[in-house]
Amino acid sequence: MSFPWAKHYEPKQPLMRWLDEKLPVPRLVYNAVGAGYPVPRNLNYFWNFGVLAGAALSIQIITGIVLAMHYAANGGVAFGSIESIMRDVNAGWFLRYAHANGASMFLLVVYIHIGRGLYYGSYKAPREMVWLLGVVIFLLMMATAFMGYVLPWGQMSFWGAQVITGFFSAIPVVGETIRIWLLGGFAPDNAALNRFFSLHYLLPFVTAGVIILHIWALHIPGSGNPTGVDVKGEQDTVPFHPYYTAKDAVGLGVFLLVFALLLFFSPNLLGHPDNYVEANPLSTPAHIVPEWYFLPFYAILKSFTADFILPAKLWGVLAMFGSILLLFFLPWLDSSPIRSANFRPAYRKFLLILLLDLFVLGYVGGAEPRPWVILMGQIASAYYFAHFLIILPIVARTERPRPLPNSITEAVLAKHAGLGPHKSAMAS
Amino acid sequence: MVRLIASLVGAAFVFVLGLALFGTVSDWITNPPPESAEHEFHREALDAGLPSNGVLGRFDRRQVQRGFQVFQEVCSACHSLKYVSFRDLRQIGYSEAEVKAIAKGWKIEQPSINAETGEASTRPNVPSDRFPSPFANEVAARAANNNALPPDLSLMAKARHNGANYIYSLVGHGYVNQPAELLRKFPGAKTPTGLHYNQYFANLNIAMPPPLTQDGQVTYSDGTRASVDQMAKDVSAFLTWTAEPNLEARHSAGFAAVIFILIFCFLAWGAYQNVWRDVKH
Repeated sequence: MSFPWAKHYEPKQPLMRWLDEKLPVPRLVYNAVGAGYPVPRNLNYFWNFGVLAGAALSIQIITGIVLAMHYAANGGVAFGSIESIMRDVNAGWFLRYAHANGASMFLLVVYIHIGRGLYYGSYKAPREMVWLLGVVIFLLMMATAFMGYVLPWGQMSFWGAQVITGFFSAIPVVGETIRIWLLGGFAPDNAALNRFFSLHYLLPFVTAGVIILHIWALHIPGSGNPTGVDVKGEQDTVPFHPYYTAKDAVGLGVFLLVFALLLFFSPNLLGHPDNYVEANPLSTPAHIVPEWYFLPFYAILKSFTADFILPAKLWGVLAMFGSILLLFFLPWLDSSPIRSANFRPAYRKFLLILLLDLFVLGYVGGAEPRPWVILMGQIASAYYFAHFLIILPIVARTERPRPLPNSITEAVLAKHAGLGPHKSAMAS
Repeated sequence: MVRLIASLVGAAFVFVLGLALFGTVSDWITNPPPESAEHEFHREALDAGLPSNGVLGRFDRRQVQRGFQVFQEVCSACHSLKYVSFRDLRQIGYSEAEVKAIAKGWKIEQPSINAETGEASTRPNVPSDRFPSPFANEVAARAANNNALPPDLSLMAKARHNGANYIYSLVGHGYVNQPAELLRKFPGAKTPTGLHYNQYFANLNIAMPPPLTQDGQVTYSDGTRASVDQMAKDVSAFLTWTAEPNLEARHSAGFAAVIFILIFCFLAWGAYQNVWRDVKH
């Protein structure tokens, strides 16, 4: 679907006309990310991050396919095969560092993309399905990233796999059986490494498929915008191409710049030194930590230290999975019809607290478990759940939103007349 | 209904966290975590100031060669370097003939089989060989080293936090007498026999005896004075190279990539301004 004023694809070239009759792929592209897709004219740079996530996935798939040509998924030689990629394969160091840091860049832009969604209410009607598919993509990414981190078969790979698959043993009665079935053994070994490699290769393509659904679902209502006000007419939109292709190119440039600085000048900044030590089931590292992007969830897991009806470990595992699964219910937890936090003063404050809270959780997840660190983690975890499950539904009912602008164009023109978006809304 | 269930689930998690928090606090009060010697006496690594540091850092080939000499004469008695080949030495400035000579003259020979009888034997190294391990296997290594296993050094500069500086500090400045203050505060933390106090080692007691004991232990062919500090620096430079042999290529490629991307950003920004010039947004 599209707005009635969307441009139509009219191939002039005979070859393109012929192709359009037989297999209208150019028409599909034209309507999806070309001039045939009208987009609100007032998007800010936070709307670049979907495209950046797509770029990051493409980089991961391309570098990953080439790395897989040189990698050997066998516990005896995996670590050494990574070293031979680093030393003997042409530009192997580049491919491997691009892939390892590319994962961090992918998660980084996806976190900003999700944050954009939380701030501007992108999960609300009529875009619930876009959000739900987004959470599915996020879960797939987490699984892929985890299994990818196991492949180098270093100490953190091995012990990370040991800890994460250990979650399943928290399930009462059948937990241990499930864990052994998933690993194909009593501890991570060849069987686990091999299946992780297989799934690590598969899941990115599943992710790509869900991304197509994500974009399809987005194109039914069309993109949201920073005011959260619906598109009212043609003056509110511009064609995706060339307007947003040009703007996305700027964002892509900045993304690649940050990526290049990381890759070429500090490629091991985000990794853990222990992963340059080959996996050794007989020697546990002093301090097992996941990659930075899992630290907040790891902190939630570790914060549950008290048994209450259920054992503490099971509470921790339930809470950790729950902390992501609750995002599926977000569209119905937040009943406020106002999308943009710019017009929701109370929600905006709680969202800022949530952002700080996530940084605290991230710190706690990576820090040594001193008592005050655990304490901080417990308070921060409690806020995380309270925010989504208790505060958000109440705020949605009680807060008094600021008046919305009548249309996107009105907000844009008011901004250019020297008034801020909030003032303009009040002035109208 | 969703909101009701959610608030109940939220309340349950918050309640259990409250219980856990209470437990943490009461445990903290009744049972404060003990101070530990390593927490108080472990020191942050000194800066080795290697020329390979920094955005455009490059190896000082003479220094890396000196470090190789220290490795050859000191470290290689116990430590393997299994991911590095003799041919790789070409990268640090040795000629083909020199590499051949180094490989051929290496004290430990390459494991092989006798071509006629098929029995296990050894043969001289050739440039395409990896550096052979000084011990036949882990059991032999432990048996010769008071049950400690000397780790492979190929990746050591990346396998420890702040690796290059760590290596420099550990072998160059780490071995000191155990401070009297430490023994006064933690009488149980006396370095056990067979271990050695080292203020840069994570738990302060390392199995490795001091490898660099006196100035002039190695006679550098380039005339550099071989102080302990100098040898530690040089071996740290060598191990930085073994861990990251493509560091220079990476820095050069990064420099070019950043310039290329900056030009791309500049053009993209210009295109963006041009496309949007008539649309207020």
